Amino acid sequence: MTYYLLSVVTPTDGTPPGPDEMAQIMRNVEAFNQELRDAGAWVFAGGLHSPDTATVLRPKGADILVSDGPYAEGKEYLGGLSLIRAHDLDAALEWGRKAVRAIGLPVEVRPFVDSH
Amino acid sequence: MADAVDVEAVFRSEYGRAVSVLVRFLGDIDLAEEAVQDAFATAVQRWPETGVPPSPAGWIITTARNRAIDRLRREAKRDERQAEATLLNTPDAPAEEGPVRDDRLRLIFTCCHPALATPAQVALTLRLLGGLTTPQIARAFLVPEPTMAQRLVRAKAKIRDARIPYRLPRDADLPDRLQGVLAVVYLIFNQGYEGTPELTSEALRLGRLLTDLMPDEPEAVGLLALMLLVDSRRDARQDEHGELVPLPEQDRARWNRELIAEGQSLVRRCLRRNQPGPYQIQAAIQAVHSDAATAEATDWGQILSLYDQLTAFTPSPVVALNRAVAVAETEGPRRALDLVDALDLDGYHVFHAVRADLLRRLGRDTEAVRAYETAVERAESPAERAFLERRRRELLRT
Repeated sequence: MTYYLLSVVTPTDGTPPGPDEMAQIMRNVEAFNQELRDAGAWVFAGGLHSPDTATVLRPKGADILVSDGPYAEGKEYLGGLSLIRAHDLDAALEWGRKAVRAIGLPVEVRPFVDSH
Repeated sequence: MADAVDVEAVFRSEYGRAVSVLVRFLGDIDLAEEAVQDAFATAVQRWPETGVPPSPAGWIITTARNRAIDRLRREAKRDERQAEATLLNTPDAPAEEGPVRDDRLRLIFTCCHPALATPAQVALTLRLLGGLTTPQIARAFLVPEPTMAQRLVRAKAKIRDARIPYRLPRDADLPDRLQGVLAVVYLIFNQGYEGTPELTSEALRLGRLLTDLMPDEPEAVGLLALMLLVDSRRDARQDEHGELVPLPEQDRARWNRELIAEGQSLVRRCLRRNQPGPYQIQAAIQAVHSDAATAEATDWGQILSLYDQLTAFTPSPVVALNRAVAVAETEGPRRALDLVDALDLDGYHVFHAVRADLLRRLGRDTEAVRAYETAVERAESPAERAFLERRRRELLRT
């Protein structure tokens, strides 16, 4: 078994979904998480607040500097993530497809080091 | 007597088979390649004395397997626990037939996994199944050698780290995944067509392998037929100065009848099956050309209706351009030029070459000369440039 991170790629300047659409997405995500749990593939999942809420810490000599985030401005940001267990990439991509269908945004699938 | 040539011949035909078996056995592509290369190095030393064994492939696979076990044992002294764990998972002696055929198919699907970028798929397929060296692949694709080496290393690392599986796709995924494999083989063929003959023969080898392993996939058969029919004109396609000779001007006596017969019989097999697809239709178009004893005898009506079918499958501007060539023969160059001018293919040299030819036939020489000039600028192969240059000069003379 390998652990994979499914990252939800959220556009920075996209129009956020309306309340009805958002409610539908939340229902989809809940169903997706339940399916992961039933299959024994679920490890952790969650949505993230916007990048504006981020705070960055960086090393400076012996000190650590605190500054307002995000670390890097980009056209996309990490909107949410799901940590799953899967036998191989094909199985992980199958979960990734379901995540894309649930959320309607691109999803990046990436393996963890040395987890099998 | 065995000499270097025998080992070389076995290497070309059996490298992919041996690597695919060893990948299953070892679960690691790099280890599999090292083991198989070790085995061939041993063959170069031994075979001149012992003669080529009755089953060269079997000998290579068994030797590679033993070499791999030796290597793991040596490493076991250094890192006992890890190597033992690997050995525990190794099945018994690899069988030679049956599963081996599936191993090569597994390896093709792993190399052509959609999670890998197309250039990486092509490079891996040539490296692992064709046994081409990194410098050979780099030269064929006009890429610096370190770039190609890095591409291969990166692709193999992704297969390992992301756990791209070494198995056949599920039935539900097979049509899509097969499309990817066929596209890689056709890309290799086309690169060969542009002037690297070793890639052409490698693509044909892969095409035959796919039809052997998946005889029920009509598109695999269609691709092989297409490649055979195009390749049948290899000797007629260039003149003695290395200049491209276009289809209507080719000396048809120089077409390879054997390849044509094989290609046409595959096309008939596809027609009987009646599950058409883009490669089968393109093969059928080539078969119509092959049928014609002279350029004038070409059944352009049938070619046009095949292009109509192809358009329904793959409505791309390039297909529309080729269809327009058939329209020029059935309905005249004026109608064809209207179709061509509506296409957005400015970067593609063939677009300008076709336009130039149509303008020339319509007597619009000044425009034709300009179109030939653009085509020459865009063309990459020296053979094509030479042909287009000659056409341009001929127009200037009149």
